[in-house]
Amino acid sequence: MAEQMSDDDERQQSPPSDLDFTSNKARTCIVTGSVSGHTEFQSPYPDQVLGNVLENVLHFLTSRRDRNTASLVCKSWYRVEALTRSELFIGNCYAVSPARATARFTRVRALHLKGKPRFADFNLMPPDWGAHFNPWVLAFAKACPWLEKVYLKRMSVTDDDLATLAESFLGFKELVLVCCDGFGTSGLAIFVSKCRQLKVLDLIDSELSDDETDWILCFPEGESHLESLIFDCVEFPINFEALERLVARSPSLKKLRLNQYVSIGQLYRLMVQAPQLTHLGTGSFSPSEIAGQGDQEPDYVTAFAACKSLICLSGFREIIPDYLPAIYPICANLTSLNFSYANITAEQLKPIISNCHKLQVFWVLDSICDEGLQAVAATCKELRELRVFPVDAREDSDGPVSEVGFLAISEGCRKLQSILYFCQRMTNAAVIAMSRNCPDLVVFRLCIMGRHRPDHVTGEPMDDGFGAIVMNCKKLTRLAVSGLLTDKAFDYIGRYGKLVRTLSVAFAGDSDMALKYVLEGCPQLQKLEIRDSPFGDAALCSGLHHYYNMRFLWMSSCRLTHQGCQQIAHAMPRLVVEVIRSADEEEMDVCVQTLYMYRSLEGPRNDAPKFVTIL
Amino acid sequence: MSSENGKRFLETDAGGLNFEATELTLGLPGEPRVTSDGGAKLGSKRGFSETVDLKLGDNSQEVKLGHSLQEAAKSPVSKTQVVGWPPVRGFAKRGKKSCKYVKVAVDGAPYLRKVDLEIYNSYQQLLTSLEDMFSCFTIRNYLNEKKTDQVNGIEYMPTYEDKDGDWMLVGDVPWQMFVESCKRLRLMKSSEAVGLGLTTGPKYSSTN
Repeated sequence: MAEQMSDDDERQQSPPSDLDFTSNKARTCIVTGSVSGHTEFQSPYPDQVLGNVLENVLHFLTSRRDRNTASLVCKSWYRVEALTRSELFIGNCYAVSPARATARFTRVRALHLKGKPRFADFNLMPPDWGAHFNPWVLAFAKACPWLEKVYLKRMSVTDDDLATLAESFLGFKELVLVCCDGFGTSGLAIFVSKCRQLKVLDLIDSELSDDETDWILCFPEGESHLESLIFDCVEFPINFEALERLVARSPSLKKLRLNQYVSIGQLYRLMVQAPQLTHLGTGSFSPSEIAGQGDQEPDYVTAFAACKSLICLSGFREIIPDYLPAIYPICANLTSLNFSYANITAEQLKPIISNCHKLQVFWVLDSICDEGLQAVAATCKELRELRVFPVDAREDSDGPVSEVGFLAISEGCRKLQSILYFCQRMTNAAVIAMSRNCPDLVVFRLCIMGRHRPDHVTGEPMDDGFGAIVMNCKKLTRLAVSGLLTDKAFDYIGRYGKLVRTLSVAFAGDSDMALKYVLEGCPQLQKLEIRDSPFGDAALCSGLHHYYNMRFLWMSSCRLTHQGCQQIAHAMPRLVVEVIRSADEEEMDVCVQTLYMYRSLEGPRNDAPKFVTIL
Repeated sequence: MSSENGKRFLETDAGGLNFEATELTLGLPGEPRVTSDGGAKLGSKRGFSETVDLKLGDNSQEVKLGHSLQEAAKSPVSKTQVVGWPPVRGFAKRGKKSCKYVKVAVDGAPYLRKVDLEIYNSYQQLLTSLEDMFSCFTIRNYLNEKKTDQVNGIEYMPTYEDKDGDWMLVGDVPWQMFVESCKRLRLMKSSEAVGLGLTTGPKYSSTN
């Protein structure tokens, strides 16, 4: 706003050139009914009025896509949008520099940053590749002191970064770290001790080291503002007594997810202090080691019954199934249930799931077998998201779930929007059936764990199944394929997958044509991750028209050469083309182990480790 | 950070998902990789990310090397292990790793311990571990039919409660069956065990 006012001050008779368009419009609007073309100002600074109006209106625009579009209208809209953007999302931390981001967006309250590509989760990327939070926190500390929320995914965060966060931003409120690493309990300790307004501390699937600092004890005394505390990924014990006192003085606490070092007896004590919880991660859900035989067990059922607002349940990290009945009182209210750490059978699941009529999100292990999935299908008519994880994640293990459970789910849960399903065997017929039964599918991720495994009944490739999914599920934006797949499957994807934004491919396809179909056919493609598939330089070149529209392309163990990647790098200057070697490779090997390329405004990054070559 | 990774790798199960990409492969560059389905689809170049499981004990079922028959059968010859496949997050240990905790009670001891049966491969390993845990007692090494030194003059028999609620002598059934059916362990004073008729010899020695 200050900028616009100074522009107005400078203006004498004619408006500044860059405000021409808007000023004219303002005059026209204000002077309605005026006969001549002469202007008559009813207010001294119509541009200022317009600016005010714009600012107020743009405050309501929350979707970042809408904001990006609005910022392209004209310069003043660009400026006002930049001033009013309070939540900044950066899908690839290397696409733009911290300096550039803070220069444009000066009033950001929330920063959402993503770093490493997803395949890094599966050890396909050497450690210390990058995605450091450090330059970001330093830049924002200087430029955006009103920052109060940080959400990071797959970034490296150090203890120093946590300290900087806590010290630079008064009134910092929310920190969410998903799949992050590089820090430890000492960093956490400093962070929690200095953030007196902290509402949210969520550590999700992150790896942190045990520096033997008691971080729970470091929360300041007195009433806390905590609304969410999630630490179920912490793989070492915490100070339970300190936690108990913390929960007791956190009247706003709604979300609490404990790690496996909290026993069920300790869980009871916490639940009694916090019956207002809406989200609970139950920790180990088994008694501690040091339990006398014949000790009086607390009344777990009553404790759960008292939590009348509980809608989301997880944990069960070392579950002793005998204790499962304790959760009966709240099953009917649950909208989300995560049993993905609970090795339970169908028989143990049934009494629980048969009461979960409102369930929308269900994560589970395949230990429940097809029979367990049938029970889910029979009751959970509101199910939107299902994830079935393998207990035994090997290719040749027995498969307790198959197309039978898959089909049952498709028939029972018609509102399904998102599925992730690990299995050892599948049929095209079942996948086709799901494509018809569940037309609302947005996310379809099927992982047939045996590589190149065909339809186990017909022996055919799985092309037709995945083809039916892209054909019939018109809202599909995310797809992961597996099993024996020929180029035909990719032809289908290119032809029908018009809304697909994320595609995951592994051990699939026959030739370059497969990749060409996808790159030429899918205009919305943003994220493409491919491993161990026979795609070479020619296929890579067929995407030149599209790479600037994508967030990234990952190809590992394919048939790319240095020369091919070099060609891409030459052709597209705003693309950063990284060739990542594994430890035993020579620098000038002809074949490329891993290609990771992404659009960027900044050119090659200056923090690349030795095993990364930027072409 | 790399040490964290190393720790993670050691913690994975014998299925060996998380082999380092640096492990050696057999075969020359460009040679097709052997896959269990006959190599119909040859995805890639020489295998940086695929390794051959070089556990010699598994390559030949005649060579026991202390592995049980059941374990050798689970890892067929020339099965290649692939880094990062299936794509289940490495440090999201689900179900399998820590699901088999059983309580261990020792007659006369004031506290219980818990052990994870999954981390052992044989009765011998389990009993050695129990002996370490309860080092002030000596556990009668029943399976090897040798009497241990009776330091305090008290011998203990390892017994367990199975899925049906029956108390059995540890060592009566094959190891895997024991792991699946054991609900809790009790180290019973030998004098008491005699009265329960548990003195018959085990059918399976610790070398199975």
